[in-house]
Amino acid sequence: MDILDILLSATFWAAVIRIASPLIFATLGELICERAGVLNLGIEGIMVIGAFAGWMAVYLGTGLWAGVGVAMLAGMLFGLLHATLTVPFGLSQHVVGLGVTLLATATASFAYRLSLPEVTSPPKITPFQPWEIPVLSDIPLIGPALFSQTALTYLAFILVMIVSLILYRTPLGLALRAAGENPASVEAQGLSVTAIRMGAVIVGSGLMAIGGAFLTMSAFSSFFFEMVNGRGWICIALVVFGAWKPSKALLGALLFAGFDALQVRLQQTPMGAVVPYQVFLMVPYVLSILALILMSRRAEVPAALMVPFNKGER
Amino acid sequence: MRLEPIPNPSALRRFGLPTGALALTVLIASALALLAGANPFATLGLILKGAAGSKFALLETLNRATPMIFTGLAVAVAFRAKLWNIGAEAQLYGGAIVTVLLGTGALPLPSLLLLPVIALAAMLAGALILLGPVLMKTRLGVDEVVTTLLFNFIMLLFVSYLLEGPMKDPMGMGWPKSPALDKAARLPRIVEGLRLHWGFALAILSAIAVWVIQTRTTLGYEIRAVGLNAEAARFAGIPVGRVMVKTALLSGGLAALAGFSEVAGLKGNLTLDLSPGFGYTGIIVAMLALLNPLGVVISAIFVAGVFVGADSMSRAAGVPTYIADILMATALLTMVLALKLTTTRVRWR
Repeated sequence: MDILDILLSATFWAAVIRIASPLIFATLGELICERAGVLNLGIEGIMVIGAFAGWMAVYLGTGLWAGVGVAMLAGMLFGLLHATLTVPFGLSQHVVGLGVTLLATATASFAYRLSLPEVTSPPKITPFQPWEIPVLSDIPLIGPALFSQTALTYLAFILVMIVSLILYRTPLGLALRAAGENPASVEAQGLSVTAIRMGAVIVGSGLMAIGGAFLTMSAFSSFFFEMVNGRGWICIALVVFGAWKPSKALLGALLFAGFDALQVRLQQTPMGAVVPYQVFLMVPYVLSILALILMSRRAEVPAALMVPFNKGER
Repeated sequence: MRLEPIPNPSALRRFGLPTGALALTVLIASALALLAGANPFATLGLILKGAAGSKFALLETLNRATPMIFTGLAVAVAFRAKLWNIGAEAQLYGGAIVTVLLGTGALPLPSLLLLPVIALAAMLAGALILLGPVLMKTRLGVDEVVTTLLFNFIMLLFVSYLLEGPMKDPMGMGWPKSPALDKAARLPRIVEGLRLHWGFALAILSAIAVWVIQTRTTLGYEIRAVGLNAEAARFAGIPVGRVMVKTALLSGGLAALAGFSEVAGLKGNLTLDLSPGFGYTGIIVAMLALLNPLGVVISAIFVAGVFVGADSMSRAAGVPTYIADILMATALLTMVLALKLTTTRVRWR
């Protein structure tokens, strides 16, 4: 099997979409936070808590969608913590973000051990099943790739459009972007920068948690401690790569997922017999760094990103 | 709400608030113990006993603190210049790799010569690993938080490759581990019979050295100036880029010493689980110490004590050992908030 065979197989493209889905949720979440002016380094831990909470809820007997809701609420709770510390109190977004990641990860581990003290391998749940869209899923190559995914994947793509619409076509989006560019102008409009930023971080964190929940509830059916494995950090790189725009971030996530799906398949080729598998596994992280370097010159960083706003101060 | 600076915070504020932060942390720990069905007082007592209840426990705590002092110093040095080095984990493994490379017969030197050579080489490796992200920051403006974080994952995969390939122990029964270090490359114990190696002494010395650099040298002054206000520092004629690079070399080197000390002092070989996240714990250690190098020693012993104590408590009381991780993250967050409130007052409206 060579690269051409891989690129012409429907399973490859289906995998690309599947791998991209959690990244799309979390990248959108981070993008919303950063557009409002807050860097949310809690993303990695919030994805972990989302993955755990959603899975646990379903394991305890709730429906799948209720599980997604639980995951989102858990993420929003940690988002509230992050927002409270970084927005009104203006604490270092670096330190608080890392603290939230450590706290959320530890909480998930603690809760896991507490609820399942004796198990060696985590129990499985019945995850979201692929949902074949009639007619469209019969199109060769594209059909199985795009139109026979799980409901969460469709939701991810719809969310890109919704977030774009809100950001660029509503007063709320305008206020949110202004909070990240020129917060004083938002106050001049009689709006509260604190409220907008906190809201953005809480909602964004909810999306990150759904991204995590995708892993346990759609991609796999169990929870493992290391399962997020740096995806959160990769999403931060994707926000930069996407120049803080939802559509470009989607493109970045797909491109990234493409390389990721490709490296897994290349391991099965004669190339995989020569090159150590660890080199393939490094691809996502190396690509993220390359993406950051590539975009460094032309990135349009929100002007007030990481700048705390204190009313009445200039 | 608005924040107003307090020019001269009272002693009550300066000591009361951090104490309150620790009290809140202990309160949360008690709640978690209750949640796990254990008696909170017994749980806290068991943690304390496991950390310092016997000579063995205390030495175990000091052993565990050793790498945390190094990574804590690495973070403290870097954060002081607002250089966000979250990659101490990668630099630690860099130091560990070099230690194995040079300590398994490559250099036919007597122990007294060999150990300093290995330590310096390890520091160089750690420094070089951090140099990449820092040059990307100073030359291209790429945020170093994400790059140093991503390097951790790349490094761990690289170690995994080494341990299954070129650095694999042929006698290792197929386990991914490196061959054992020569005896000459092992850090001896400080007192024969007590399980505490010279890595701990080296860590203390490093803390003093960093303190001297920070308070008594031009570089220390420049690092602080860059951290307080990079623009103002540039205006005052301080070469900000060069100071950043020097800070990075120091920080990366210190983190690498953690790897050197763990391999040469404690484990004797390199495995994939050499560090249970010492690089990340270093951030907590450094923040709790308010980035003060001498404070890092105390806070590392405290943090190590909580982890060691939680391990033994978990066996006895059945509360998951991850309570230690929750405690430390809580301590970090409450402490930064307490410090902020020391120098600012909240005004509602």
